[in-house]
Amino acid sequence: MTLDGTELPRCPRAIALAMRPLPLPVLGVALTQFARRVTDSHPGLLRRLGPYAQRTVLIDPTDLPFAFWLDPEAGPRISAHRRHRAPAADARIAGPVAALIGMLHGRFDGDALFFSRDLTIEGDTEAVLALRNALDDAELDLSEELIRLSGPAGALLRRLLAGVERVSGLPLHRDDRNGGFA
Amino acid sequence: MMELVCPAGTPASLRAAVDAGAHAVYCGFNDETNARNFPGLNFSPEELAEGIAYAHDRGAKVLVALNTFPRAGGEVLWHRALANAESAGADAVILADLGLLDYAATHHPNLRRHLSVQAAAANPDAINFYAATFGVRRVVLPRVLTVDEIRAINREIDVETEVFVFGGLCVMAEGRCSLSSYATGRSPNMNGVCSPASHVVYSEETDGLRARLGDFTIHRTPKGQPAPYPTLCKGCFTSGEQTGHVFEDPVSLDATQLIPALAKAGVTALKIEGRQRSRAYVAEVVRSFRAAVEAQAAGLPLPQGALARLAEGQAGTTGAYAKTWR
Ligand code: SF4
Repeated sequence: MTLDGTELPRCPRAIALAMRPLPLPVLGVALTQFARRVTDSHPGLLRRLGPYAQRTVLIDPTDLPFAFWLDPEAGPRISAHRRHRAPAADARIAGPVAALIGMLHGRFDGDALFFSRDLTIEGDTEAVLALRNALDDAELDLSEELIRLSGPAGALLRRLLAGVERVSGLPLHRDDRNGGFA
Repeated sequence: MMELVCPAGTPASLRAAVDAGAHAVYCGFNDETNARNFPGLNFSPEELAEGIAYAHDRGAKVLVALNTFPRAGGEVLWHRALANAESAGADAVILADLGLLDYAATHHPNLRRHLSVQAAAANPDAINFYAATFGVRRVVLPRVLTVDEIRAINREIDVETEVFVFGGLCVMAEGRCSLSSYATGRSPNMNGVCSPASHVVYSEETDGLRARLGDFTIHRTPKGQPAPYPTLCKGCFTSGEQTGHVFEDPVSLDATQLIPALAKAGVTALKIEGRQRSRAYVAEVVRSFRAAVEAQAAGLPLPQGALARLAEGQAGTTGAYAKTWR
């Protein structure tokens, strides 16, 4: 459930199906490169993770055809796997992709998603908490990061992502609402 | 207007709280000097200084919680934290330990001192002692008092009072609970963690979500039901013939509707729990409470609370303020 009490959007089946044939090794390399660019531009992220960067986490978006194995300390490194063939990790965090990205983008609260059972945690609870808190503090906007890295194709990508966000309801951008009292 | 004191576990949450209308933000260092010593949370001295500058630029205060009890031989960590809080420009420190209060009064006399809820000062004599001896200017009252008791206390003291109005509920007299120590060897009083994540293991099983803390199963939550934190006092246990929430149900505090009564009882500041929560939560709750204290100050009806879904157990209680203890 979201902060305003509405149900979480699910990744549209058409998008999930379209992702299915993506080659997993290529996806892993691309995500690793992307994650390294993000951590380079947000050095506070790994600093805040501190000793917990050594713990691996399986991030499992249950409405996508794959899960991601994250090793923060190795660069970081991300590999993509079919859900039932994913390697063991210290912890697993699972939920609809909207919950995972929405949390990252400051739209949803991790504990509220846990209370409402939208998010499942297994294994090393400390590792998950540390990762969640470090990501929350980093105030990431994955779409903007991607657009920034896309050079001249950025403008086109911006329009494409805005379209996907509108149609799917997925929280692809950071929440930049201001309380209005500042 | 009553002062709204809001939680920040990270610099991003601090900014979110200030932007959403917090009059004051409380936070702590990333070590065992504060009672929310969680993985990935809290502030380095540099982050604190930056956070305080951000808050001051926007007219908000920052209160630094140093509210655990220093270990014998380890006091220097707490002493250093006091010095760091003062040099970062903190508006006050929130302390619980007698020795640390004495040290702060002696070595940092100009740093405003608040008494933490962890000190469990629950009557006028105790509060007046802290005020007279250590120059404490504000007391955070333990969550075991009724509104009438708070009014009675305020009539007999000269310092400000601050009370919790929203968030996780510690149901014992704070600073006195040993449940977490018993189960895990780590406690909020000494290590800054109750039911610490290091000892928590969740597993999805056929009968639902099982939460374990050390050697104890704290809950089994059937599918589709709201999951609680694995906090010992809110666990579902079997005792003799009975299975149930032996100490307290897994609900959290929501005293929004008591704000006018608390104002009449002489309370200065309202505190929101939740330094472990995200910046999204902080912004949402602060915005809602800012609207509530503004409405109260203007004599308008309070907005109806819409925050229950964010709360543990997705249900609120007025806790001890309107006491119906079993
Ligand atoms: S077990 Fe409950 S009452 Fe005891 S310190 Fe923890 S939250 Fe408070």
